Amino acid sequence: MTETERARANTPRRSSELLANRLRRRALAMICRAKSSHIGSVFSTIDLLAVLYDKILRVDPSCPQWSNRDRFILSKGHGCAGLYAALAERGFFPQSWLEEFFANGGRLAGHATHWGVPGVEASTGSLGHGLSIASGIALAGKRDKLSYRVFAMLSDGECDEGSTWEAALFAPHHRLDNLVSIIDYNKIQSFGRVDEVLKLDPLAAKWESFGWAVGEIDGHDHGQIEQALQTVPLAEGKPTCIIANTVKGKGVSFMEDQVLWHYRCPDTNEQRLAFAELERS
Amino acid sequence: MRGAFFRGLMDLAARDDRIYLLVGDLGFGVAEPFLQKFPERFLNVGVAEQNMTGLATGIALTGKIVFTYSIANFPILRCLEQVRNDVCYHKANVKIVSIGGGYSYGALGMSHHATEDLAILRTLPEMTVVAPGDPVEAEAATGAVAGHDGPCYLRLGRAGEAVVHRAQVRFQIGKAIRIREGDAGTLISTGAMLRTTVDVADVLRQRGIALRVLSMHTLKPLDTEAVLAAALETRAIVTIEEHSVSGGLGGAVAECLAESGKLVIPFKRLGIPTGFSAPPGTQEYLRERCGLSPAGILQELEPLLERVQAPSFSTPIA
Repeated sequence: MTETERARANTPRRSSELLANRLRRRALAMICRAKSSHIGSVFSTIDLLAVLYDKILRVDPSCPQWSNRDRFILSKGHGCAGLYAALAERGFFPQSWLEEFFANGGRLAGHATHWGVPGVEASTGSLGHGLSIASGIALAGKRDKLSYRVFAMLSDGECDEGSTWEAALFAPHHRLDNLVSIIDYNKIQSFGRVDEVLKLDPLAAKWESFGWAVGEIDGHDHGQIEQALQTVPLAEGKPTCIIANTVKGKGVSFMEDQVLWHYRCPDTNEQRLAFAELERS
Repeated sequence: MRGAFFRGLMDLAARDDRIYLLVGDLGFGVAEPFLQKFPERFLNVGVAEQNMTGLATGIALTGKIVFTYSIANFPILRCLEQVRNDVCYHKANVKIVSIGGGYSYGALGMSHHATEDLAILRTLPEMTVVAPGDPVEAEAATGAVAGHDGPCYLRLGRAGEAVVHRAQVRFQIGKAIRIREGDAGTLISTGAMLRTTVDVADVLRQRGIALRVLSMHTLKPLDTEAVLAAALETRAIVTIEEHSVSGGLGGAVAECLAESGKLVIPFKRLGIPTGFSAPPGTQEYLRERCGLSPAGILQELEPLLERVQAPSFSTPIA
């Protein structure tokens, strides 16, 4: 047992941590069954999703269209396995639907799709769309004097898209402090490390200079995630940007911090090892 | 048509507080009354059409009817993926308005010519495509698209288009308006070519050739009933559009005729040959260069109507 594991064994686990572990296992099962990809991108978001759906989002699975619900938009739509698993956990639809991920005629497509899927607010998959849609919903909320918040999760690669920055200019201008952009900053994009492909740093300074209130957290530390998301907006009159420093493939040691797991589907042996690690953690 | 659109929009917004207007930093001199009267439902989003379209989707998803407004290709091609993935896939109640269909912006050049828009927008699932023929149709179309549940594209001319309809028209999405009667052939026009089309028909009528004229203000869904009726009841069909001959009105009508399976009729598409217009010039000049002036259209019609044994063309064209 490592020191971390010993410390963990002595600390009562947060409900969101337990949820995160279940979500990792479910998402891994979905991706293995589907023989699909993006497990690394999913794992980097899981702790954020778990805290959001366990502690933060004011949603009602029995009334998914409730007009004053908080909205969550997964702008990095390729990470949808984690979102679908979280929605099933929250009771938006039965767990059995997760078996239809990627399946012919199934309900759950390989990028976030709202058609017939309660809880998915917007369909995404092409990067750079989610923050604009989220800003539109946030603006309407302000003008309708409703109290809902809108959370959009973006990938770091997505910050290459010009449209992301169009929305980034818009939201502070209109003082959308009911909007939260969460950047899953795992530092790896489709074809390499962010630093090598197209540098984003200093990322926090960029968002700050656009007029966002920026917080930077460890995107796998549930205490930090919850603390940050409970306190939004970080500044009145400003949209909030949470830069979550994450690790691609987080949770399975041999998948961590490697571009390979943007694409690769674990083989039988890798599946066995991955599930074993997740069951131990 | 721009003025007619804004008249229609102001009227709608006064009656329905779900109406929003988003402009991409355009509308100077015309959009101000909306801003002044309905500031809470107006947004100038800046020069950012991708964001404008995503925003419109988000606002529409909360139950609003959102118009996006810009010129030529800016609100459609610049942000085509947002139009497809965001507006259409979500069946969002977004109405995209483009001012400057065809060569309306004349000498401003290629960047400002919307000459493939109808073909492109027609292929998008869920999208309704409307190109009114004159200011009367434009005002009516504004109300019609607002009342239609789902994505719409409203292609307008610019300003100063001649009025064709002397009275209010019964405007129904997907239903062509029959403007002239005749059986020698049918001229089907879309968008701002309507005035020219009617003028051509009137010239020929004076020569004893009575043509049916249809204002096909809705490209999608196409009024196939009107097209097939024209094929059965008249002797030739000619489509006239200020748009590429590929994929727009001519393409839509050709598809309809070909798939009908039993109709063989002389048919001609008049429009802009594929290719860019190299020299600058006014809308009138550019239309004339590709045969869309009254004289150019008459010249194209002559052999076709001769084939169907209409009286010959003897009078010189003014």
